[in-house]
Amino acid sequence: MSDDLRDLYQEVILDHGRHPRNRRMIEDANHFAHGENPLCGDQLTVFLKVGPDGVIKDVSFEGRGCAISTASASLMTEVIVGKTEAEAQKLFEDFHAMATGGEAHSGDEFEDEIDRLTVLAGVRDYPVRVKCATLAWHTLAAAIKDEQKVTTE
Amino acid sequence: MIITRTEADTVAGIESARADFPILSRPVRGRPLVYLDSGASAQKPQVVIDAESTVYSTQYANIHRGLYYLSERATEAYEAARRTVQRFLNAKHAHEIIFTRNTTEAINLVAASYGRKFLEPGDEIVLTGFEHHSNIVPWQLLREERGVVIKVAPVSDNGEVPLEAITGLFGPRTRLVSVAHMSNVLGTILPVAEIVRAAHAVGARVLVDGAQAVSHLPVDVQALDVDFYAFSGHKIYGPSGIGALYGREDLLNAMPPYQGGGDMIATVRFEKSTWAPLPHKFEAGPPAIAQGPALAAALDYVSGIGMARIARHEADLLEYATRQLSAVEGVHIVGTAPEKGAVISFVIDDVHPHDIAQILDNAGVAIRAGHHCAQPLMQRFDLPATARASFGLYNNRADVDALVAAVRKVKEMFGA
Repeated sequence: MSDDLRDLYQEVILDHGRHPRNRRMIEDANHFAHGENPLCGDQLTVFLKVGPDGVIKDVSFEGRGCAISTASASLMTEVIVGKTEAEAQKLFEDFHAMATGGEAHSGDEFEDEIDRLTVLAGVRDYPVRVKCATLAWHTLAAAIKDEQKVTTE
Repeated sequence: MIITRTEADTVAGIESARADFPILSRPVRGRPLVYLDSGASAQKPQVVIDAESTVYSTQYANIHRGLYYLSERATEAYEAARRTVQRFLNAKHAHEIIFTRNTTEAINLVAASYGRKFLEPGDEIVLTGFEHHSNIVPWQLLREERGVVIKVAPVSDNGEVPLEAITGLFGPRTRLVSVAHMSNVLGTILPVAEIVRAAHAVGARVLVDGAQAVSHLPVDVQALDVDFYAFSGHKIYGPSGIGALYGREDLLNAMPPYQGGGDMIATVRFEKSTWAPLPHKFEAGPPAIAQGPALAAALDYVSGIGMARIARHEADLLEYATRQLSAVEGVHIVGTAPEKGAVISFVIDDVHPHDIAQILDNAGVAIRAGHHCAQPLMQRFDLPATARASFGLYNNRADVDALVAAVRKVKEMFGA
């Protein structure tokens, strides 16, 4: 395997792609949204359980997709739990900036979280795959806003 | 198809054609290009590139209107291209060939013009379950407008649509059968002549989407007795932006224009206008002036090699690729109809087709992954997507070997 391919498919991605965390349904979710990437037909649903204080108590996803989109959804659930909805929205913007080669907006606020997500930064060199990495996040943002359907187009 | 020794040797002569395609000698990601996505769009031989360039450098002007030398030359070349398409499809008349942008536009033309004029609420259109979106959605638009009924012949587990699955849907309201000659996903080739015979027996017309078939097998619209036949230039080694619709003269004459504008009129008055005769009635606005002659060059090119010879070469490749890919554990071929063109859709256990395509790309192997604009078919097989290798006249066994080696790499990487 060449080095640039290894950048895209890092071991963490292969692991989360194979054994995704939090791929389940939350029965008493109070937010959810359905995301779709029309280019490849990948579909994914994000479930959220948000407390009255605005803190995300539980987050999960269901659906099947490529290794990148599955790993991204899995990693997202790990870094989002315990955040407020507003923080989750900011993290989405930072992640989006990282995946598309832009600048993070919130400075060092989410340094640890972004560190965990940098394994996905390789997609910035593969324009078609950016949507795979961001599908779960777009769907999360839609779930927070109670928009129940979103596409990456 | 069984390849005898002598035939295989003859077909082997086709190998030199590869050198006619300049793009195939460029490296991709530091490796020789292995192009296995001709089903999406085929590469162009130098004669096609030259033909388009020659129009621009020696005889370019708008056509059908100029009273000067260049416009006459450009018009002549464009109309000569129509006659080339006529010969290629063995149509009875050149004016039965309508130039369109592509297959999609050709089907939309029939839906909008023939459909609106001749189909009534409750009339039935028969499709198969493996149609491309371009042979589904135009009929759905017509359904919304005219209340026609769409019936779908189911696809069997091996990717076939038996004749009876289609004719079994025929009834007193069947007016139109619109089917792909060859599936872009499964490779399945339909028995078009038999379908036409059965459809005509119940008074239905037949439109054939030839987007995939024209580059793989000889097509004779009179022998098939089809009413409409649509194809795109870019899939048969020609330029993008031009395609053609063959339509039976009497039908085309009875149909209203598709789009209005210049070129398609006889006279225009604010009170009432009249239409130009065929084929111009269906060709509003400036056409693909330089692409017409380039399409003709592509058709002359494949005719020079011989469509039957191309079909034999590809049948050999398909057989070899099927054998090699099937030998890899965990690889499953989707679509194994006995009558099949040179397209292989496949999936690998526990690996998403997008990841397959990405890793293959890294090895210089270009394939398509996705739903191939056939989402109902993906649903039928309960798959989100497939990987698809599609072959052209320039591919060879070394391309297949590169594909299979890269597929083994995918399995290794994903531990599948």
